[in-house]
Amino acid sequence: MIQIISIAISLVLFVAVIDLIRRGLLKEKYSVLWLASMLFVIVLAVWKELLARVSMLVGVAYPPTLLFLVAFLFVILILLHYSVAISSLSEKNKILAQEIALLKNRIHDKQPLSEEKR
Amino acid sequence: MENEDHRVLIIIPAYNEEETIAAVIEDIGLHTRGASVVVVDDGSRDATQLIAKSMGATVLEHPFNMGVGAAVQTGFKYALECGYNICIQVDADGQHPAEEIEKLLEPIRRGKANVVVGSRFLEPSGYRPSIARGMGIGLFSRVVSAIVGTRITDATSGFRATDLKAMKFLKDVYPEDYPEVEALVLLHKGGFDIMEVPVSMRTRQGGRSSITAGRSVYYLIKVLLAIMVDIMKKIER
Repeated sequence: MIQIISIAISLVLFVAVIDLIRRGLLKEKYSVLWLASMLFVIVLAVWKELLARVSMLVGVAYPPTLLFLVAFLFVILILLHYSVAISSLSEKNKILAQEIALLKNRIHDKQPLSEEKR
Repeated sequence: MENEDHRVLIIIPAYNEEETIAAVIEDIGLHTRGASVVVVDDGSRDATQLIAKSMGATVLEHPFNMGVGAAVQTGFKYALECGYNICIQVDADGQHPAEEIEKLLEPIRRGKANVVVGSRFLEPSGYRPSIARGMGIGLFSRVVSAIVGTRITDATSGFRATDLKAMKFLKDVYPEDYPEVEALVLLHKGGFDIMEVPVSMRTRQGGRSSITAGRSVYYLIKVLLAIMVDIMKKIER
């Protein structure tokens, strides 16, 4: 049962992510991790022997829990990816705001642009 | 000022300081000759900007609040764009008396340091912080002293002078919030000379400290964490 649920959820999300990319609402750059995580879960859920073998290998007694572990690790990876992306955006945002402050002042003073940087 | 080679810019980062900004600008006008004043308005929602403009200061206006570090950094960028070679940071709350600015300038003019920090604790100045704040300042000062290798007594002081070389360095790396302590560590890693001079300070003349009880915990953790990360960071000299 858990197998069917995992496959179903992964498939629905997979299609949803593809659709979001198609409609231009999600950049490919941010979709790679999503798609990879779903493919992983689908492969493990369909291929029972692989799931069982990997479970043995990492010491998971009840194979279906491995599906959750894999999904959870991917969620963490995706979140970390977002934290990095947000940090970079906020730094760029700050630089832009500072640039606006400087430009606004220059327009106000009507200083010719050629006079910058002596 | 006397020396033609030194164009001095006074940077006042301000966030909702309408009560005190006028007095600060006036004080600077009385005690410095020829220094330009730029107020960096960090998204204030009160009359700070209007008052500063009416006092004849140049105002750089952040479209939203980004923290005192970002405001000082904007000041550095402005200074470099306009060809100033010494910057003085002065708080907008009236804590830093303009008559002390000369003490900060002097070592830089003589090339003795890249950054000069005005310290309340080098000489008895009558300043008495609360117990918690005193402990915080003491802790940071000890940590910074250990890293920098010279004795720093007032690592959280925002009353500073910065020379051209240090400005060029800081304009890209200045920390956003609670920047004072971290900036010293970064400057040291960048190979700059830091020096303290004794100054007197007043208690704030109005407004409220940005460091409240709840935020002080965040402040402490954030700054200590940032210092640890800074030590590991690679910095191009």
